[in-house]
Amino acid sequence: MVKPHVHLKNFRRELVRKRVLFLMIAPTILFFIIFCYIPMPGAYVAFVDYNMSKGIFGSNFVGFKNFEFLIRNGDLWRITKNTLLYNLAFLVLGNIVQVILAIMISEIGNRWFKKISQSVILLPYFISMVIVGYFAYNLFSYDHGFINSLLTSFGLEKHDFYSDTGIWKYIIVMFKIWSGTGYGMIVYLATITGLDREIYEAAALDGASPFQKIRYLTLPLLKPTVILLILFGLGGILKGSFDLFYNLIGTNSVLYPETDIIDTYVFRSLVGQYNFSQGAAVGFYQSIFGLVFVLAVNAIVKRVEPDSALF
Amino acid sequence: MSRSIARKNRIISREEITLKIICYIIVALFAVVCLFPFLLMVTSSFMNEQEILAEGYKLLPKEWSVSAYEFLFQHPAKLLNAYKVTIFIAIVGTCLGLFLMSMAGYVLCRQDFKYRNQISFFIYFTTLFSGGLIPTYIWMVNGLGLKNSVWSMILPALMSPWSIFLMRNFMKAIPDSLYESAAIDGAGDFRIYWQIFMPLAKPSLATIGLFLVLGYWNEWYNAMLYIESTAKYPLQYFLQQMVSQADIQLLIQQGATISTADLPSESIKMATAVVATGPIILVYPFVQKYFVSGLTIGAVKG
Repeated sequence: MVKPHVHLKNFRRELVRKRVLFLMIAPTILFFIIFCYIPMPGAYVAFVDYNMSKGIFGSNFVGFKNFEFLIRNGDLWRITKNTLLYNLAFLVLGNIVQVILAIMISEIGNRWFKKISQSVILLPYFISMVIVGYFAYNLFSYDHGFINSLLTSFGLEKHDFYSDTGIWKYIIVMFKIWSGTGYGMIVYLATITGLDREIYEAAALDGASPFQKIRYLTLPLLKPTVILLILFGLGGILKGSFDLFYNLIGTNSVLYPETDIIDTYVFRSLVGQYNFSQGAAVGFYQSIFGLVFVLAVNAIVKRVEPDSALF
Repeated sequence: MSRSIARKNRIISREEITLKIICYIIVALFAVVCLFPFLLMVTSSFMNEQEILAEGYKLLPKEWSVSAYEFLFQHPAKLLNAYKVTIFIAIVGTCLGLFLMSMAGYVLCRQDFKYRNQISFFIYFTTLFSGGLIPTYIWMVNGLGLKNSVWSMILPALMSPWSIFLMRNFMKAIPDSLYESAAIDGAGDFRIYWQIFMPLAKPSLATIGLFLVLGYWNEWYNAMLYIESTAKYPLQYFLQQMVSQADIQLLIQQGATISTADLPSESIKMATAVVATGPIILVYPFVQKYFVSGLTIGAVKG
């Protein structure tokens, strides 16, 4: 056990000896202090009745009242349920589509086709969700939307998408998969190209059909990667895709019951209702449970595959 | 016996062909689905306003028209201004971010720097826990006074733990001998970073630079939170305001006398989106390889 003052002396000596290195990392440390660490104690605003003129730490302490209120009016349960279900759908369906497409692209021989299709599928990842909001308007607007224009040209009734609460969960999941497939697919494709070619040659010599090679070689070999990526995804299961939801739904409150997630709720409590303390209570709840999930996932990963654990 | 092997081979090859055909078709279909919204947006922007109002947006309009683009080129001031804001934050943010994060990566990869693990964890911890939107907002506005400042769009996205660790991992692969021989020749820590590590780290600089540019180009979130005056709207927030306000007033300068009733507003909306997305689509084929290499560079650990 080294005594504290020895630590301090060592530190001071290092500080002088490596002063250039310390200077070079100083802006980074300062950045994370200012933009990440200082706001952390501000989470205390969840436990007060926030009054702008008194500031966070001068406002009246109310304990868990903000949380109680959110539990009693059912908001907390509703947005938690929505966030969890959406993220599960994104994670499970997303990974299935990514794995299938990665395997299919790896089966394709034509390099030109392979390259072009990969680029095209990755393109949506580069597009801002604001543009995705435009796409949705372009497709689903009641007056001029592409789908309604198709429906009328077939002599069918127009559909009012923007007041149909049931349909948006499918549209949201669809756009999420549309934008995220390229990214995940490339990760899986890199794993597949990294697999041992000799196993495949041996299987071919033994007369395995291409379907059998996928079923008995590629899929089992991909399994660890899939499990790992899904596990890490579960760590962020309470984090919502704010930009996607906000640009598709915006302030259309008719659709909130099915499309309100934690992040959109916190945002509205900030800009719409100026209800800082309740919004912060939800945000605090999200941060704490988010941390618990990541730690739990990391503990599981550590058991299954120690090399892949985060810390 | 040789006949049975031949038959088996034929069956395999037929199966193989079936599989290949299925793969080609499904991958092609998915690629078409990925491109479809872009195509629809472009054709919609070239549509005649009467046709949109009467029959809605179409993939194959009866009549093509460039009136939406004509309008944009006749009233470019607001859109150009939004472009300027976006280009400004992209250039400043990317240069500053690259400089600071590459220095951080260099320091953290130096084996003789004792506190590298502690500082790495200090950076990593911010991905595990955060104060949340509301405390951050109160601090940005009341503490830092960044309301309505362009820096509110530049600073929050300047550095990310992920990019710093990517940089560090890349620089770790640069052989120690290079550093040692330079140090023996009397080069200082900063000079070694600038003259030896930076040129070698070009691929990872390109990847992280691409991420930064893309993030700033697509920036709208911080603008929505902090920016009040329309003169400071970046491109994407400008677009978002236009679609959510359901009219194109934003495009028209104050004092200009234009009757909005005669304008092809529905095609103008799509034309504006095309003009804003165009640069990304144009540079995309040239930069995507850096993106892919960044994705596959390896595990990023704290």
